[in-house]
Amino acid sequence: MDMHAAKKKMSLKEKYAHMTRGLDWETSYQSPEKVFPQASFEGIKIHDWDKWEDPFRLTMDSYWKYQAEKERKLYAVLDAFAQNNGHLGVTDARYINALKLFLTGISPLEYVAHRGFAAAGRNFPGVGPRVACLMQSLDEIRHAQTQIHALSNYNKHYDGFHDFKHMLERVWYLSVPKSFFDDAFSSGPFEWMIAIGFSFEYVLTNLLFVPFMSGAAYNGDMATVTFGFSAQSDEARHMTLGLECIKFMLEQDPANLPIVQKWIDKWAWRGIRVLTLVGMMMDYMLPKRVMSWKEAWEIYFEQNGGALFGDLARYGITVPKCITQCTIDKEHISHQAWATFYQYGGAAAFHTWMPSDEEMDWLSAKYPNTFDKYYRDRFTYWREQAEKGNRFYTNTLPMLCQVCQIPMLFTEPDDPSQICYRESDYEGEKYHTCSDGCKAIFDDEPQKYIQSWLPVHQVYQGNCFPEGTDPTVAGFNPLAKVLEWYHLEHGKDNLDFEGSRDQKNFDLWRGMATKNT
Amino acid sequence: MSTVFIAFQTNDDTRPIIEAILADNPHAVLDEQPAMVKINAEGQLVIKRATIEELIGRDFDLQELQINLITLSGHLDEDDDQFTLAWK
Repeated sequence: MDMHAAKKKMSLKEKYAHMTRGLDWETSYQSPEKVFPQASFEGIKIHDWDKWEDPFRLTMDSYWKYQAEKERKLYAVLDAFAQNNGHLGVTDARYINALKLFLTGISPLEYVAHRGFAAAGRNFPGVGPRVACLMQSLDEIRHAQTQIHALSNYNKHYDGFHDFKHMLERVWYLSVPKSFFDDAFSSGPFEWMIAIGFSFEYVLTNLLFVPFMSGAAYNGDMATVTFGFSAQSDEARHMTLGLECIKFMLEQDPANLPIVQKWIDKWAWRGIRVLTLVGMMMDYMLPKRVMSWKEAWEIYFEQNGGALFGDLARYGITVPKCITQCTIDKEHISHQAWATFYQYGGAAAFHTWMPSDEEMDWLSAKYPNTFDKYYRDRFTYWREQAEKGNRFYTNTLPMLCQVCQIPMLFTEPDDPSQICYRESDYEGEKYHTCSDGCKAIFDDEPQKYIQSWLPVHQVYQGNCFPEGTDPTVAGFNPLAKVLEWYHLEHGKDNLDFEGSRDQKNFDLWRGMATKNT
Repeated sequence: MSTVFIAFQTNDDTRPIIEAILADNPHAVLDEQPAMVKINAEGQLVIKRATIEELIGRDFDLQELQINLITLSGHLDEDDDQFTLAWK
C-alpha cells in the first residue's frame, strides 16, 4: 500500500466547524421545548441558531492548551511573590485594603459567574453559544480560584481576608455586588447574556480590571497585577461573546429590539452603580494613584462605549438612558462613597482614613468642579475632629435602595447638597430607591425586587445576630453582635487604618527587611 | 470614525507582536502604561501572522495572542493569517 503524505492541518474555520457545530445532535425522544425549557419565556425570538458566529473560533483543545499556559505563568509569579515576601514591597499598607474589598466583593462573584454561564450554556438551544458559554464558565471558576490563591498570601499577614465567603452572604456593602449577580442569575438565559455578557463584560469590565490592575502595578503588587492580567486575558473573549450575542439577538428578529434595549438600560445602570466601589478604590484607596475614576470613566465608558453604541445604532439600539445622570455622577460618586465608608468604618471589613493634604490637592486637580466645593471642607473637618480624639462614626443604620442595595448616599442630579431618593407603592407597601434608574427597574418588576434581602432591614428584624443571642439582656450591644455574626473582629478588621495592626505589622516587618536589628 | 484598541501585557512574548502591529498599521498609536501596552487605531487594526513570524523566526499561531491579551475593542474577525479589529 502506498504511503500517503500527511494531510494539511485543518484551517481554523474548518476546525471550529467540526469541533463545535459538528458535535451537536437533534434530540429524538424528547421535544426541543422540554430539553430547553428556558429558551422562550423571555420573548426573544431566534429563527436560526446556525447564524451564530464565534469570531475567535476557539475550540476546546486549543482552549485547554492556552489556559494551561496562562496558569503556568501565573503560578510561577505567585510562588516568587510569596517566596520573596512580595507583600512588603507595596507602597504602604493602606493599599492592602483595596485587596480586601476585591477579595470580599469581586472574587466570589467570579464563582457566581461560573455558575451562571454554565446554566446559560445548558439552556441555549444553539451549539455555538453553548460552547462559548462553557469556556466562559470554566474561565470564571479559574478567576475565582486564582484570585483566592493570590490573595491567600495576604491572609497570612493581614486582617480582613479570613472569611470572604461567609461575609459575602451577610455584610451590608457586599450585598451590593452579590445582589447584582443574583438578579442576573435569577433572570432567563438571554437576559443573563445582556446583563453579564454584554453590559458587564463588554461595556464595564475594562473599568473594573484595567484600572485595578494598573493600580496594583503602580503600588508594587506583582501578584495582583499578574492574576488580574491573567483573568483579563480571558475577558477579551468574554467581551467578544457579549457583543456577538447582542448582534445575534438583534439580527434574528426585529421584535427583539425593545426587549434588548430595556435590558441594556437596566443592566448598564445596575453595573455602573456597583462600580461606585471601584471609583472609591481608585480615588481614595490607592496610595499611588493611576488615574481618577472620572478619567477612567471618560476613556472606557464615554469614548469606548461611544464607539460601541455608535456601531449598534444600525440595529436601532440607543445609548443607555442613564447616560445623562452618569455624566453628572462621575464627578461625585467616589467622594460620596468614601465619605459613607469612613462614617461606617466600624462596620466594614477593611480600614478607612481621611486623605492627606497632598491627596486632597490631587483630588482638587482631578475634580475641579466638585471636590473643593462639596467635599474638601467636610473631609478636613472630620480629619481635624479625629486628631482631637473625636473620630466620628455613625451609629445608626442607613436606608438602602430596594434595587441596588446601596445606602441612600447619592445626591440629586441637579442638587449635590440634597440626598436623592424615590418612592414606589406596591400592594399597599412603600419601597424606596436611590435614583430614577433604580426606580424604573423596580417599577418594571416589583414582584421580583420586593423579595430583596436588604441587610439593614434584616438587622432591624433581628435576623443578623449569632444563634442564641438574647437582645433583651441589660446592656445589649446590637452592633457588636452583628459584627460577631459577620465574623468581623472588632478592633482588628475594622476602624481606622491609623493605629491598626496592619499598619504596625507592615512597618515592623518592612523595618526588619531593610535593617539588621 | 471610531477608535479600536488592543492591549497586551508588557513582556518578551509581546515585544515582537507589538512591533509587527505597528509596522502593519502605520496609523496606530502606542500607549505604554505600567505592565501594559495599549495600541489605539482609528477605524481598524490588523495583526498579521506573517509579520510576527518574520520577527520571531518561528511558526506562530494567532491564537497564541490570547496568552498575553488584556483587552480589546471593536468587532473581531480571526482566521489563520490575520486578526482584525474594526468598527464597521
